Amino acid sequence: MARSGHNWLTPALTLMAALVLSVLPLPQVIAPFRPDWVAVVLLYSSLIAPRRYGLLTAFWMGLALDMLSGALLGQHALALLLIVYLSQHFHLRIRVFPVSQLALTVVVLLALYEFVLFWVDGVVGRTVPLIERWAPVVSGTLLWALVLVFVERGRQAAAARM
Amino acid sequence: MSAPGQFIGGQGRGETSLGARFVLLAIVCLALMLLDHQESHLARLRQGLSVVVYPIQVLVDLPFASWQSMRGWVTERELLLAENEQLKRERLGVNFRLQRLDALEVENQRLRELLDSTAVLGHRVLIAQILAVDLDPYRQRFNLDRGLADGVYVGQALLDADGVVGQVVEVGPLTAEAVLITDADHAVPVSVNRNGLRTIAVGTGDSSRLRLPYLTNSADIEVGDLLVSSGLGGVFPSGYPVGRVIEVRIRPGQSFAEVIAKPVSELDRDQEVLLVWTDEDEPMPPTARLTEVP
Repeated sequence: MARSGHNWLTPALTLMAALVLSVLPLPQVIAPFRPDWVAVVLLYSSLIAPRRYGLLTAFWMGLALDMLSGALLGQHALALLLIVYLSQHFHLRIRVFPVSQLALTVVVLLALYEFVLFWVDGVVGRTVPLIERWAPVVSGTLLWALVLVFVERGRQAAAARM
Repeated sequence: MSAPGQFIGGQGRGETSLGARFVLLAIVCLALMLLDHQESHLARLRQGLSVVVYPIQVLVDLPFASWQSMRGWVTERELLLAENEQLKRERLGVNFRLQRLDALEVENQRLRELLDSTAVLGHRVLIAQILAVDLDPYRQRFNLDRGLADGVYVGQALLDADGVVGQVVEVGPLTAEAVLITDADHAVPVSVNRNGLRTIAVGTGDSSRLRLPYLTNSADIEVGDLLVSSGLGGVFPSGYPVGRVIEVRIRPGQSFAEVIAKPVSELDRDQEVLLVWTDEDEPMPPTARLTEVP
């Protein structure tokens, strides 16, 4: 998605890392709390720097995630498309929110993401424990806030140096 | 990194096309899910995509695999000697039992001939490594480093040194996806080794438990009974250990008892499994043949 032609490497590597992290083996105790890395990365970029990754990126990332996690083909793709679409559509309104409201928006969007996955699982007839399902929403939001703090701080430091 | 303020200009037409693109891609997703749910419609596409994501799986597996091989390099001499000693002892025990097995096999053959039934022939096996890649935490699935290139097919049985592990559910050119017998959507036809009682062991989603829901309160089953694969259904070869009964609860007033078994294989600690080819001569129901990929 490098429309401007420069610096396509960083986003590509970020997305690759997100994919790797979403299938990295974790101890069973914390595995349910694995944040939805790809969703968080895409959400962050479409809220803070929209059009860096477009809908097509979300689609392909979703398909890759479906293949990696052995899900129904299109399941993660649909969920990612929905949240990226919503956040890009409303990004002008959302961006002026203070951080607390931004975080709340992210909670809602990540919950929506999980809900789509959950809903497709339900339609197909796959059984999944109900409560653990929502753990990634919490961890994902925390991760998103961390990313926000670090990246923004880094950016401000870079701007101050110039 | 671009500054957020940059994009205020590009609205209007851009927004409508965003909506249109979203609807289009969402329809593509729904179509994909529909086709994929109908089984086998998208086999080609899935195979292609599985090659695309293969580098990611290898990348994730790499640290674990190299850790394993590094540990091999730096293992201490004493440890190796102790392990060697233990293996020798184990081999002696196994050899001792094997001597009797030879005799038993011949006897079995003779009895089968007397009964005029088909002989059970040997099975071809191939060792496959489990890729250290976490799939959906609520489904007991894992990836193997063997695929179509090695002749793996959908429905192929997986064993380890102790017994039945699972079966292959999807094959790509280089990798295959398999499901454990303890997956909540999986069931194995078994028989009780002590008396030949046939039933079905259903997965629970917990890799240390199997459920046997179709046994009546009066069924002859006890704690400690060994369950072996019965060979019905044509997927798993018959006679391999599946689990051991650990709990039998008779429920008065209900027609079925609650029986729980523990798998004999170390399902969550395996790193290598055996892919089994059941021999062509063995009678197999037509459904099992249909799923075979040449």
